Amino acid sequence: MSVQTPASPPAPMPLPPALFDARCKACWVSVALLALIVTSLWSLDLQWRQFFSADAVARMGKFLGELLVPNFEGPFLRKIAVAAMETMAMSAVGTLLAMVFGLLWALPASKTHTEDPARWRGLSRAVLNVLRSIPELVWAALLLIAVGLGPFAGTAALAFHTTGVLGRLFAESMENASPEPAFALRLRGASPVSVFLYATLPQILPQLVSYTLYRWENNIRAAAVLGVVGAGGLGQMLSFHMGLFQMAETSTVLLTMMLLVAVVDLVSYFTRTRLMN
Amino acid sequence: MQTMIAQPNSLAQVRRDPAWWGRVFWMLATAVLLWPLLVATEFRPWLLWDAENLKPTLNFLKDMVPPKVDAGFLRMVAAETWRTVAIATSGLAMAWLIAVPIALLSLRTLSVSALAGRMDALPFVLRQFVRLVAIVLRSVPELIWALVFVRVVGLGPTAGVLAIALTYGGMLGKVYADIIESGDGHVTQNLLRNGAGRLQALFYGALPQNAAELASYTVYRWECAIRSSAVLGFVGAGGLGQQLDSSMKMFAGGEVSTMLLVFVALVWMADKFSAWLRSVLA
Repeated sequence: MSVQTPASPPAPMPLPPALFDARCKACWVSVALLALIVTSLWSLDLQWRQFFSADAVARMGKFLGELLVPNFEGPFLRKIAVAAMETMAMSAVGTLLAMVFGLLWALPASKTHTEDPARWRGLSRAVLNVLRSIPELVWAALLLIAVGLGPFAGTAALAFHTTGVLGRLFAESMENASPEPAFALRLRGASPVSVFLYATLPQILPQLVSYTLYRWENNIRAAAVLGVVGAGGLGQMLSFHMGLFQMAETSTVLLTMMLLVAVVDLVSYFTRTRLMN
Repeated sequence: MQTMIAQPNSLAQVRRDPAWWGRVFWMLATAVLLWPLLVATEFRPWLLWDAENLKPTLNFLKDMVPPKVDAGFLRMVAAETWRTVAIATSGLAMAWLIAVPIALLSLRTLSVSALAGRMDALPFVLRQFVRLVAIVLRSVPELIWALVFVRVVGLGPTAGVLAIALTYGGMLGKVYADIIESGDGHVTQNLLRNGAGRLQALFYGALPQNAAELASYTVYRWECAIRSSAVLGFVGAGGLGQQLDSSMKMFAGGEVSTMLLVFVALVWMADKFSAWLRSVLA
């Protein structure tokens, strides 16, 4: 530090490494990926011939042609509106339930201070992981056995999956909340419940709300298609009319779904940009 | 004499919650708002404890406890698991083939006419059109594409591969273009101004700085594709989902629990593998 070294002449710009360096990990990864893709395509009995056959092209054309004339009659539109409301309600109630249960489950799944034994942390995190890794649609199919067809199965399915997602996120934000306020309260003998309510919860509340809103956005999209296994909303209408080959009705349902998703995307885009600025 | 600051003169006054009426009001308001939602979702959790429902549910759960592990069944599950991975991989490979042209055609930084201020009308319209195609492709969920393709090509993995290819093609194309445009555009534009071709500008200007991000996003999407290809089976597009669906319909609890375990393990492994791959590529 003390000795001033004279400025050395600038080193010549190094050449980039050779593209196919034998040690280059990325190249080996690409080769492996290519092999994986080729094996996949080879092992699946893909019916390209059938897909590009004149018959399939004609069927596809007929299908698309029938989809081009949607049914916009009054009574049917009313049914669509009811189904769309049902989809929205499923997503809202499912997300709300998931917020409550996620918060409750996040309590044992977080270790908020160093003396916290957090005995149940591993087990409750494992439960959250399992809840999270089973997709909504599989939950819905499982719940159909327990509660029968209808929107309640879809709502519960969304609640199960989202509890896993939100519980994990909530536990993480509880562990990341600054520990000083909680420490101050604990030092003065406050009970764990009041420590949580008055020190941890106020800190993480904005994060909880933003995670929940984000998941709600995802759940609206999920709820729209969840019905294809019979769990209510627009999806159930879609699979019903498609099963009966009523293409005009199918087309209206598809358009409504796309509209719903587009509206959700737009609202979320604008609120996001508004909040950023 | 009253002091400026009101002194609480009893313990009851200290204990009184000043926000009490506000809390009561908001709780009631929430209940009023929630009521129609609960009606619309036919929210009847007590159905779970209904004797008529409880019996089949309990039977199913009891069936689940020893997962079915005989050799023939496990071999079938392994084959279906591979098919799930293969559908995701080939679907994503085809999605990539769709996404690259979409991204190249919609990239604003590769426009020659935009170098001199505003883009010309024709390229502008073309770019907006390509963006619109990408939006339409990805705004239809893959499950809906799969339903449509099952109609056209019949049951089996072809519908699943096509569904993933279309949805993920739109998604990847849009995100590729966004990633490259959010990077530093000066290099690309300098190359273009000095007479480089557009492909040269792409390969020497835009790609080097964004390659890691593009690759890691693709790997992340591959992981998502595995998850969704397992689900696509429920509408008849092959793979683990199709078997899971038929076992559920037959109330074969043991088979369902084995496949759920395999599914959770598959998702977990895809997660770990993709995290590892992304760290290698970064």
